[in-house]
Amino acid sequence: MTDRTRRRVVAGVVGTLAVGLWPMVARALPPLRIGLTAVFLDDQVGLLARWRSYLSARLDRPVELVQRRAYREIVEQLAQGRLDCAWLCGYPYLRHRDFLRLLAVPVYRGRPLYQSYLIVPARDAQTRGLADLAGKVFAYSDPDSNSGYLYVQHRLREAGLTAGSHFRRTFFTWAHSKVVDAVGTRLADGGAVDGYVWDVLDVHRPEWTTQTRIVEKSPEFGFPPFVAAAGADPAASAQLQQALLGMSGDEGGRSLLRELHLDGFTLADAGLYSGIAAMLAAL
Amino acid sequence: MLSFRDLSFRYKIPLRGIGLVLVTTTLLTLTLVLRERQELHRDIIDGARVLGAALVQNLAEPLRHDDVWRAFELIRAPLQTAGAQATESRPVALVVFDAAGGVYVSTDPDRFTMSMPPEEIPAIRPGAAFIRHPPPDPAIVVDRADDDFILLVSPIRADGIHLGALVMAYSKAAFTARIARLVEQAAIVTGLILAVLVPVTWYWGARMAKPLVDLAENMGKVSSPIPPDTAFASLGSGDELGRADTAFRAMVAQLREKEALENEIIFAERLAAIGRLTAGVAHEINNPLGAMLNAIDTHQLHGGDPAFTAKTLSLLQRGLLQIRDTVSALLVEARPHGRALGAQDVEDVRTLTQANLDGKAVRLDWHNGLPRNVEIALPATLIRQVLLNLLLNACLAVHEGGRIEVVAEAEADRLKLQVANDGDFIEADRLGYLFEPFVSYRDQGHGLGLWVTYQIVDHLGGEIAVRSSEQETRFTVILPIPHEEAA
Repeated sequence: MTDRTRRRVVAGVVGTLAVGLWPMVARALPPLRIGLTAVFLDDQVGLLARWRSYLSARLDRPVELVQRRAYREIVEQLAQGRLDCAWLCGYPYLRHRDFLRLLAVPVYRGRPLYQSYLIVPARDAQTRGLADLAGKVFAYSDPDSNSGYLYVQHRLREAGLTAGSHFRRTFFTWAHSKVVDAVGTRLADGGAVDGYVWDVLDVHRPEWTTQTRIVEKSPEFGFPPFVAAAGADPAASAQLQQALLGMSGDEGGRSLLRELHLDGFTLADAGLYSGIAAMLAAL
Repeated sequence: MLSFRDLSFRYKIPLRGIGLVLVTTTLLTLTLVLRERQELHRDIIDGARVLGAALVQNLAEPLRHDDVWRAFELIRAPLQTAGAQATESRPVALVVFDAAGGVYVSTDPDRFTMSMPPEEIPAIRPGAAFIRHPPPDPAIVVDRADDDFILLVSPIRADGIHLGALVMAYSKAAFTARIARLVEQAAIVTGLILAVLVPVTWYWGARMAKPLVDLAENMGKVSSPIPPDTAFASLGSGDELGRADTAFRAMVAQLREKEALENEIIFAERLAAIGRLTAGVAHEINNPLGAMLNAIDTHQLHGGDPAFTAKTLSLLQRGLLQIRDTVSALLVEARPHGRALGAQDVEDVRTLTQANLDGKAVRLDWHNGLPRNVEIALPATLIRQVLLNLLLNACLAVHEGGRIEVVAEAEADRLKLQVANDGDFIEADRLGYLFEPFVSYRDQGHGLGLWVTYQIVDHLGGEIAVRSSEQETRFTVILPIPHEEAA
């Protein structure tokens, strides 16, 4: 091989690389970082990868999906500007409205609403409500969850009780699905779980949900929303909002929605969360 | 009942071989099973220690943070991921106790309820002391014979502070079941080994026993007369049994020679007895001859008278008849073979011995009880020889004016001969040796007469007995008469 041909080959390789890298160079925008919490079945890694590439394509920029164990960690990252947006529970959204904006709310079974389920082990045929769980072990999902914590606290307060004295012991599983697991394995005698998560689990993991029995369903609350941090790029968050709202409009989005068992996304204002706000105010 | 000692080597050797195989395989299997049991137990404990060490390290943080769910997920993992692991080497339950000694979390919340003290949980009670006061050793194995579980108690510590304890319970039932399966498999394998070894051992043992059995059978064939060499099975080996066989054959050859020799002696003795008779017989012939010659002389001198002639002829006739009787008795005696016994044979003996008594004034009581014209299935020659020997001995022993008694009786199945005299008696210390060869108590005897008599009687399956006192010496011979079919 002569020097000339070697130079030609090197040039060719470099050229190919440059052409290949072009789209990335073109989107030299910083990645949009979206925080995810356990308000849905966040252990579906394949679904998350497909959703990320879908959003990335729609936003024409890289998208990072950031998962943390506790809601609090996501909220902290939003506050610190390390996350642009997040899918959060209505409860932390209301508590941190000072630096969070509503982007879009999922539509579940036709409405942007969901419930909290009080579940007990399927074997337990006696328990009819929270009151029957006195002296028992109770599983919460996350201390910043509405359906998995706040609602139970509110109910106890209404009944003139406190969690510390009513239950023998309580613990957090840091995920709604794990509350179902904890109650199903009878580690806990009762648990509070996001009704949407329970319903989806009933499809994906019926062996878990059949081990549990729904004792009570709460009134309907606003569905956990997508929010944007105050410091996030408004254009980017607006783009994400459009992408979410448009998901039901194309096949890729509809396929993802089917996997999420959601109908789509809709716009909403803080009024949707008045129920949670009332409980929060009473605390 | 047949005892093992009486069993043929054909069965004894294979049975012993099989017994040995059984004992060996059983002991071997037992040893292997026990060893396997020990190793299994050790594997379980070792596995438990490794798992326990890993878990307690991770459990410290959930305990410090009071994260029940995290602790639950940690202790549940070994039960969920160990699906492929054998049940006996997997814990059936894991229980975490907090620093206060109550159940913090467990994989079986029904059985190990939160906050329950270890003393109240039957399965855990044996380990309660170690849960409350964990020793410095990283993990304690509690395995008591009458407990249902093997417990491994691992203290959970952080920075030297006691946070709680992890208890892993292993089911002894699963362990026992595994051992039972092991024993079952071992039994099957042992059975298969035995199925191969037992027939092989049986065949081998039978092969080993065969020369012994053959030798024993060969020895059993030795009787009178001794069969030819071809009747004995050949062992054909050079080992100890082969040597024993060779020695046996040499012995048989010697026996055969001895038998031939004995037969010769018996025959010679018979001729000797005839010899002893001859003098008497000659005398017996001579007496009538003298009388007849006298009668002829008288006839020649006086002659003519028909009445006298008739008397002379009658005398000659009686003399010749007497001679004829004597000679024919002697002829029969000298003829070696083949007839059955008749009453005449007994009479012949009387005729032959008559002369030996003529010199003495001896009373002869002769009772020939054998039926006339009926043959008894016993060889006449041998019986005559027996009677002759005994009678000749009696003739020698009897004193002047003494008495000899001869009795011959035939019953349905036996012939009884008795010869008695009141002459010289046999001293008691001689009676024991009477029938041995070359034992003579008379100067002129060679000591074979009674030995030959004994041999003949023994050969015919009979018995000979002697009683001797100053009053009488009596020989009694009893011979079984074989049935016609057998004869």
